[in-house]
Amino acid sequence: MEKLYDKSLTELHDMLAAKEITALDLTKATLDRLKETEEQIGSFITISGEKAIALAKAVDAKGITESNPLAGIPIGIKDNIVTKDILTTAGSKMLHNFNPIYDATVMDKVYQADMIPVGKLNMDEFAMGGSTETSYYKKTKNAWDQTKVPGGSSGGSAAAVAAGQVPVSLGSDTGGSIRQPAAFNGIVGLKPTYGRVSRFGLIAFASSLDQIGPLTRNVTDNALALTAISGFDEKDGTSAGVSVPDFTEDLTGDIKGMKIALPKEYLGEGVQPDVRTAVLKAAETFKALGATVEEVSLPHSKYGVAVYYIIASSEASSNLQRFDGIRYGYRSENVKNLEDVYINSRTEGFGNEVKRRIMLGTFSLSAGYYDAHFKKAGQVRTLIKQDFDHVFADYDLIIGPATPTVAFGLGENINDPITMYMNDILTIPVNLAGLPGMSIPAGFSEGLPVGLQIIGKHFDEHTMYKAAYAFEQATDFHTKKPVILGGE
Amino acid sequence: MNFETVIGLEVHVELKTNSKIFSPAPAHFGAEPNSNTNVIDWSYPGVLPVMNKAALEFGMKAALALNCEISKETHFDRKNYFYPDNPKAYQISQFDQPIGHDGWIEIEVDGQKKKIRIERVHLEEDAGKNIHGSAGYSYVDLNRQGTPLIEIVSEADMRSPEEAYAYLEALRSIIQFTEVSDVKMEEGSMRCDANISLRPYGQEEFGTKAELKNLNSLNFVKKGLAYEEKRQAKVLLSGGEIQQETRRFDETTNQTILMRVKEGSSDYRYFPEPDVPHFVIDDEWIEQIRASLPEMPTARRQRYMTELGLPEYDAMVLTLSKEMSDFFEATLKAGAEAKQASNWLMGEVSAYLNSQKIELADTKLTPENLAGLILLIADGTISSKIAKKIFKELIENGGDAKQVVEAKGLVQLSDPAQLLPLINEVLDHNQQSIDDFKNGKDRAVGFLVGQIMKATKGQANPGVVNKLLKEELAKR
Amino acid sequence: MAISEEQVKHVANLAKLSFSPSELAEFTKQLGKIIDMVEQLEEVDTQGVAFTSNVNQTINVMREDVAVPGTAREDLMKNVPEAENGYIKVPAIIDNGEAGA
Repeated sequence: MEKLYDKSLTELHDMLAAKEITALDLTKATLDRLKETEEQIGSFITISGEKAIALAKAVDAKGITESNPLAGIPIGIKDNIVTKDILTTAGSKMLHNFNPIYDATVMDKVYQADMIPVGKLNMDEFAMGGSTETSYYKKTKNAWDQTKVPGGSSGGSAAAVAAGQVPVSLGSDTGGSIRQPAAFNGIVGLKPTYGRVSRFGLIAFASSLDQIGPLTRNVTDNALALTAISGFDEKDGTSAGVSVPDFTEDLTGDIKGMKIALPKEYLGEGVQPDVRTAVLKAAETFKALGATVEEVSLPHSKYGVAVYYIIASSEASSNLQRFDGIRYGYRSENVKNLEDVYINSRTEGFGNEVKRRIMLGTFSLSAGYYDAHFKKAGQVRTLIKQDFDHVFADYDLIIGPATPTVAFGLGENINDPITMYMNDILTIPVNLAGLPGMSIPAGFSEGLPVGLQIIGKHFDEHTMYKAAYAFEQATDFHTKKPVILGGE
Repeated sequence: MNFETVIGLEVHVELKTNSKIFSPAPAHFGAEPNSNTNVIDWSYPGVLPVMNKAALEFGMKAALALNCEISKETHFDRKNYFYPDNPKAYQISQFDQPIGHDGWIEIEVDGQKKKIRIERVHLEEDAGKNIHGSAGYSYVDLNRQGTPLIEIVSEADMRSPEEAYAYLEALRSIIQFTEVSDVKMEEGSMRCDANISLRPYGQEEFGTKAELKNLNSLNFVKKGLAYEEKRQAKVLLSGGEIQQETRRFDETTNQTILMRVKEGSSDYRYFPEPDVPHFVIDDEWIEQIRASLPEMPTARRQRYMTELGLPEYDAMVLTLSKEMSDFFEATLKAGAEAKQASNWLMGEVSAYLNSQKIELADTKLTPENLAGLILLIADGTISSKIAKKIFKELIENGGDAKQVVEAKGLVQLSDPAQLLPLINEVLDHNQQSIDDFKNGKDRAVGFLVGQIMKATKGQANPGVVNKLLKEELAKR
Repeated sequence: MAISEEQVKHVANLAKLSFSPSELAEFTKQLGKIIDMVEQLEEVDTQGVAFTSNVNQTINVMREDVAVPGTAREDLMKNVPEAENGYIKVPAIIDNGEAGA
């Protein structure tokens, strides 16, 4: 059988619909691929092979038709998305034994589309991190260079797709956790508008920032996946009642007249020269395609990191209080009384980064600090959002680098939280404003991928995809593959 | 030195919705632990709260009934703390934008009327139940977790345990009339914590307060406060200081016992609940809720006294529950006279309900058949004595009063044509009584009436008998 | 702004976490640095600026008051560390515990 792992979703769908392969063939090929590559990449915490095979057989029995574009397609799920009867750990010791009795809403949609989940993907513990190094279970490697980090927190989701383990994965993004690993791994990753995709069943990190999104090797595949997982959910009070268009429609490559903004704050100090170059080149590419690209300003950008860390940590400190050793998850053996259950389970069950954020969040919400920290951050957040609103009054999209640097080495930054936090500086404001953001391959620096970030108006993922598709077709970055996938 | 007592009350009321405030699980408890719960109540990872519309509207209704201003913008906040019966380890409550604020209730103690101000009414979810076992373990049942509550916080306007009692009675009555809660302290749908402090008369500053818990009935609230009043006075008079404490009321000794000293206030790290979008309440919505409010007990009492001419006592008793009051008004609508209806409801009906320990709704009595009964007495068809017999039938088996009377052949005998022969027969056999009567012994009349009643098996109309008897006696 | 070890201990208490002395010292340092970073927000003029709690701007999100029967207890209990007779079992509180409500 030809290398199925190299194919796009649309190619695989055509083969399945034409009955050249069956869903079972494809699933088996995926599981084989995992066997071959997992030791090198380490993107999966759990591989649910038996379930996948059983499901593939059922999908085959049902039959795959042209009208069902995702049927039979294997997918990896980030391990903070609750999957019924499949171990869900959020990358933490705290949930080492958590066997959920219900599915997240996105899983309902995945099953409705007849997709085949093959396993749960590695991540920074509770999604807190930018390198997947805080996972309790393992360190995932960058698909292009296994001495480098895959990014985080959806490191497993990105590496698995880039390495050709699965053609599509779901990740989550609170401050850049889909876009940054997508950039580090040279693939397409999109964080939808806040409220576009249901959060019910996404283990909460920061409630007002979290979103689930797809990672794929090309733009069309990504649009397909987003169409399938989006939609209003009555179980999520923050879910938006907006209709879901077919995001794959109208991807023609024609973006004449599109008005693109490039904030000057996004190319400032700290952005690596090669990344800067790639972005400026991308601007030229867009211009050549008939769009205009102009410099704008988002003056409050520099406060994004501070605002984010206060708000995200504060919300997280509260969201993580439920991990108390009582109803599920890790309970310390070292307990004489209730206080011990709480303190020892949490102290033993959580890793250092999680504890750091819980401490920061608890501190920011505590008496005497609430006004200066949490409340203040919430107000500056409004100003950051307003900056975007002003720009979007005159422009269709905003572009910039997805990350200031390319993937750094494993172990390099992990002990310096501030440096790690700065990695998110370009992606964070997008979450604060609730806007959709994506990263697409836009170049290389010394063999490592560079990602271009595209930011759209609320619920206007469609325009983003149009621009991304046009760029993709006008360049060849997306055709380059890591060695593990047969590239040079 | 004389001390002034200062009391504030915090009352939690359970709202009678079908489902919980933030999850669709049933809000009524099954007997089995953890049988009315779902993943949201258990706070599994990834679950989210969604607001129950009825809970919000019941909260607004209660707030309006308590004369509160409704907040045009309101939202929920997280109150963070760890406890086994609190599965999220935070409670979704309201901190700085309660649904209602600046309300009041009027109370009356010893003929004096007084307004007690209500600082706020806010919505929140209840926690589960943590049952202390033996051998160093507790057992958690989450059935109650997520039940909608309103918390009603009064200002420290009460000055005696009696005022506190009156406030709670009035509050309970008002809420009961809105039908948003059963407000039964014995069932836990109404709970009260009290704060009490003393200060020298004339001092503006409040003294240090003690918080009283485990007050499981209105009487225990009064007793607990009374005990605490004395205890605090004793401490202050002996030169001591009141500690800020939480004290537990002990029902067997009627005393309050120290639970713990409050070291500063707990830091709950309140912040706005990000999972529940905020609420904007327009005037139209408020008016809609206001229009759904029934006439409140105070207004009804007024009306019963001024329009129906009932004494205050009757008005009070009839408005003790909405059910009773509604039944009374329906009975009037069905044709009964007010005082008669009142007497029956306060008397026979209440006695029956109390002895059977049931509610009006559990009986077969209807306003129509009660009115029917009353009308039959009014038009002389039956005597009140017979009515009592009929009443028992009606309340147990239902039916139409007139039909029951006829079926049982209990129509009162009022026809002189039928009574006169019987009266004369009795007189013929009781010459001694006639003589006694003529000699001024009025009791003889009673005896003769009794004999006539006996002869008619109690069915003679006593009034008519009396009248006819007197006429016949005069003839003899 | 420096943060003292005492403050860090207090915060740890609230969060139900415990640290060894060396961890505490390290955490205190790291937290101090982070707090410095976030305190740059002081320089922003936020006079009259509203607080953003939810970017979505949806309001009045509610569901109808329809009860759905509870989930089967055996399922809910599947992940409980310790249970007995349908209850979740926990070691007792050592004092007359603080219930917040």
